[in-house]
Amino acid sequence: MSDIPGDLKYTRSHEWVRLEEDGSVTIGITHHAQGSLGELVYVEVPDVGSELSPGEACAVVESVKAASDVYAPVEGVIVEVNDALADQPELINEQPYDDGWIMRFGEVNHDTLAELIDSDAYLASIEDE
Amino acid sequence: MPFNPHTNEEIRDMLAIIGADDIEQLFDEIPPELRINALSSIPPMVSEMEVTRIMHERAKRDGLTLNFIGAGAYEHHIPAAVWQITTRGEYYSAYTPYQAEASQGTLQLIYEYQTMMCELTGMDVSNASLYDGASAVAEAALMAVRANRKSKSGRLLIAGTLNPRYRQVVANITQGQGLKIEELPCCTELGNIIPESLKRYEGQDIAGLIIPQPNFFGVIEEVDALTDWAHANNALAIAVVNPVALALLEAPGNWGARGADIVCGDGQPLGVPLSAGGPYFGFLTCRQDFVRQMPGRLVGRTVDLEGKPGFTLTLQAREQHIRRSRATSNICTNQGLLVTAATIHMSMLGAEGLRRVALSSCERTRQLVDALTEIDAIETVFSGPNFHEAVLRLDRPVAPVLEALAHRGIFGGYDLYGSYPELGHALLVCATETKTESDIQTCATAFRAVMADARVA
Repeated sequence: MSDIPGDLKYTRSHEWVRLEEDGSVTIGITHHAQGSLGELVYVEVPDVGSELSPGEACAVVESVKAASDVYAPVEGVIVEVNDALADQPELINEQPYDDGWIMRFGEVNHDTLAELIDSDAYLASIEDE
Repeated sequence: MPFNPHTNEEIRDMLAIIGADDIEQLFDEIPPELRINALSSIPPMVSEMEVTRIMHERAKRDGLTLNFIGAGAYEHHIPAAVWQITTRGEYYSAYTPYQAEASQGTLQLIYEYQTMMCELTGMDVSNASLYDGASAVAEAALMAVRANRKSKSGRLLIAGTLNPRYRQVVANITQGQGLKIEELPCCTELGNIIPESLKRYEGQDIAGLIIPQPNFFGVIEEVDALTDWAHANNALAIAVVNPVALALLEAPGNWGARGADIVCGDGQPLGVPLSAGGPYFGFLTCRQDFVRQMPGRLVGRTVDLEGKPGFTLTLQAREQHIRRSRATSNICTNQGLLVTAATIHMSMLGAEGLRRVALSSCERTRQLVDALTEIDAIETVFSGPNFHEAVLRLDRPVAPVLEALAHRGIFGGYDLYGSYPELGHALLVCATETKTESDIQTCATAFRAVMADARVA
């Protein structure tokens, strides 16, 4: 059974999004996504300062069997990336919603948050797969 | 599995089932005006025995030629055992196997090859080979742009002293991917790139600098200074090397203060015959940091569930069968059979054997240059040190001289006029360990006779 916290927003492409108090948003991939990929061996993160639009491929999560793109869920600028993933990509497997976060967006266009889905809708979307 | 052709009876039965009178009827929909009814340019049939005889007679015409052309493909002695072993049934496949791990022997061989290439080039990882030297340079250029996170320009500097064919292929492969390739001019006195000439690019956004060693003229480049310049300007240093020369020259991993980042080249000198221009193979090695940007297959060593050592294809997740259009490369054919030959060739020669091949080739070329420049109408062009090729200048156009030499059974070198008209009547010559002192004298005598002939003025 997938762990899908109710306080986060989601995309159908399996990213989770957390709105922080300062208006920035933190992004990772869901428990379901890490489970499908299997043990992660490498994570490629974007450069800080990259300006991204929703749906743009901006990171790569690589397991022994597949390399998948992570898509920007919102419009914004990368202000921080999780450097710990360089040496410990398995953090995404172990704690996808905490230490396994991938990147943080600043200057977020909050209109683009409206496109995200809630945990119930995400659960329904993965049950359809 | 035996090959059984259809009998006339079977063909009749099949036609009867689909309701056709004869095979010709299957092509009815092709209008008559589009059909070629007779192939007038094809001569009448000859038997296998006759063909064999014709081929032997024609081979005799080729076989006597003394070859002094290098220019990217080099005639070296290949021990008979190399191809005897390579063509055994167990190895005789051009491909890395599809059920890779079922072919442990092939994987082990590729692993040994990768290890040898890493040792020769001073790098951490090697892939299982690429199509040829030219496409390996293009892949290295694309790889540098992906790997250099400090550069956003997609701009690469390429030495004008790199093989002109390689430069054409790099331009061709990279043009659709937004890369900008700028050529560095060659010093017309030394025959290489002067590191100071890079000053005008200082502080600019450059993804990589492509450095040949030795260069197309056989001249040694100042690789330490060029590598350091690249790193000081946040560019990656890409080495394009002759693997045989590395037995004498410094491994790219030791160039400058930090060493080159990516190394590539053509593996032909390692046990692959000239064979009218191919097939050859390309090699590509790099530092561990860039392994995930490296195209092609990689074989790794591991242990199975019982702890026994074994070999496996590794880092496949970025290849085209998984990543489709977003793969690191979609054209990175590898050349398994030629890699097999190269691996056996290197293991038979050993480090010392390879060093002697390199040394002997270097000496023979020196002797060839000395013998030819004794002729008044021939002089050397560059003063820089060279490996096993050199540029000579004639007092007249090169092409007719080469043609006259060919009539005397000698391939006298490579005419540089097409690629480097600014060098005048320049000729690139090469002598490897396959040439004896007597061969060199034969060559010099022929040059003297041809140059004395008023018809080749």
